[in-house]
Amino acid sequence: MSTQEKAEAKKKEFILTCEGLNKSFDGFKVINDLNLYIDKGELRTIIGPNGAGKSTFLDLITGRIRPDSGTIEFGPGEGVALTKMREYQINRLGISRKFQTPSVYSDHTVYDNLLMSLNRNRGAFAALFYRESAADRERIDEILETIRMTEKRSLIAGSLSHGQKQWLEIGMLLAQEPKLLLVDEPAAGMTDEETERTGELLLSLAGSHSLIVIEHDMVFVRQIATKVTVLHQGSILREGTIDHVQSDPKVVEVYLGRQHEK
Amino acid sequence: MIKFSETQRSLAGIIAVTFFLVVAMPALNLFGSEGSFLHISDYQLNLWGKYLCYAVVAVSLNLLWGYTGLLCLGQGLFFALGGYAFGMHLMLMIGEQGAYKSALPDFMVFLGYKELPAHWIPFKSLSFSLLAVLFVPGIVAGVFGFLAFRARIKGVYFAIITQALTYAACLLFFQNSFTFGGNNGFTDFKTVLGNEIFAPSTQRALFFISAVYLSLCLFLIWWLTKTKFGKIQRAIRDSENRVRFSGYSTTTYKLIIFVVAAIMAGIAGALYVPQVGIINPEEMRPSKSLEIVVWVAVGGRATILGPVIGAIFVNWLKSYSTYHYPEYWLIILGALFVLVVLFMPNGIVGLPEQLKGFYRKHRFRFQQKKEAAAEA
Repeated sequence: MSTQEKAEAKKKEFILTCEGLNKSFDGFKVINDLNLYIDKGELRTIIGPNGAGKSTFLDLITGRIRPDSGTIEFGPGEGVALTKMREYQINRLGISRKFQTPSVYSDHTVYDNLLMSLNRNRGAFAALFYRESAADRERIDEILETIRMTEKRSLIAGSLSHGQKQWLEIGMLLAQEPKLLLVDEPAAGMTDEETERTGELLLSLAGSHSLIVIEHDMVFVRQIATKVTVLHQGSILREGTIDHVQSDPKVVEVYLGRQHEK
Repeated sequence: MIKFSETQRSLAGIIAVTFFLVVAMPALNLFGSEGSFLHISDYQLNLWGKYLCYAVVAVSLNLLWGYTGLLCLGQGLFFALGGYAFGMHLMLMIGEQGAYKSALPDFMVFLGYKELPAHWIPFKSLSFSLLAVLFVPGIVAGVFGFLAFRARIKGVYFAIITQALTYAACLLFFQNSFTFGGNNGFTDFKTVLGNEIFAPSTQRALFFISAVYLSLCLFLIWWLTKTKFGKIQRAIRDSENRVRFSGYSTTTYKLIIFVVAAIMAGIAGALYVPQVGIINPEEMRPSKSLEIVVWVAVGGRATILGPVIGAIFVNWLKSYSTYHYPEYWLIILGALFVLVVLFMPNGIVGLPEQLKGFYRKHRFRFQQKKEAAAEA
């Protein structure tokens, strides 16, 4: 097997393959020749200073914005090119995203929030004549259990605390039965205890799902991270374990403060 | 005491309103003895028929604004388009009874037309005209909505652009050369479906149809709010991105709702025209569409009966004030809107809940004071 064939074979095992990605806003390069590969079942944490392009990267994957050049393929096997698809189509492939600020349907009950997120026919006419089945109810109960909100099922989502909204949104992602979860700063605004619970939840999802988690909170990153990618000025600066990355002088320079200047 | 759920209570409300409008009012008009307190005069019934058409437009706007968060400031356009489509048929049914004794509508004779313009000819057919009542507003809304929603125009921008749309249409219809009667529009109708148009029996029938139509619209909305479609509507209102990133094509949902609301308003327009006997570009003025927003806000957004109550109340107030204080009507309307926005966010329908809240708060304070006094 030639090296190229090997590379091709390897590529087929990735759930997400991004190659040569570029995106600029008003001449400012936010994503700069980015190459990123996510293994199936992997939990990848992306860190990086503000403006490193982390959220833009998620926007590119989910179809919210289009890259100027480069490819994004959703594997495994023959990858599906995402760069020409609309958000809802990408979502239906099995890519779910949790937003930075919790976005739940504040006027609906926790139960209905999950019901609407279930991976069912999402066409308008199907929605008109949809009746929830016993299987749907069971699935929702299961998710409520996972996110530990069984008692809160009939509460209006708008009345939940910040941390509970974050969990509900993670629950909504689970209801979509995604293959890849993109989680943007899940621990933001959480108490230490809530943060730890969130970490446990994400760790329990890895393996059966692939996850990309963007985070700032280093304690949290340490809790969940197996492999960390450091993004800087729109491209990858370093990749490796948290200890490896944290001790790298270059990373320390751009991200963890400027201690070396002192 | 049996507790009823909110859907059960609104269903009961709809049934009560339906009974009152479809059965009680026509019966009181037919059988109430003249001069009695319970009698409804032909004039009153006709006035109410007009209110019911307005109520449907308010219901259609509520479907957009209240339940989906799409503030449309051009709902009057779809109402007028439905009215014009049916008005064309009524114009052609005048035949040679017009002022000029010509087969052409009066305004065409006046403007020197030699023959009926080609696009007028199919409107001789009643069924074509009725289809036009559905399709003209539907297609205009479909094309406009497709472009607007695909370009992700929303919020204030959507409101402004719909306002511009109705204004543009208004200016267009004011043109004599646009073949729809210019600023005079259509009037002087003689018959509708072969019946003398202003005969009490015809007007009673039109009232009855309007009442039935309104209650059908109410049942439709009631059913819709229970379905998953209805839930997604409200989810789009509260967090459209979340819906889109949950695999729903929000563009398709919004487009369907926009078209349905336009058709709903169009039919109301078609029922309105034979009851008032005139349709002209005034109905497309932006201020008319703004009034519809006031009806919904006053009655109560995102409630089933709110828009009906708001439309009837504001229009009753309008009839009353333009008669007694004609020069103050716009000030009254403006003041009403400001008052509702500031003090009654849930409109008339939300008032009982609001008062209950006040009562509880004050009773609590009163008790606190009493306890403090007792301790002292």
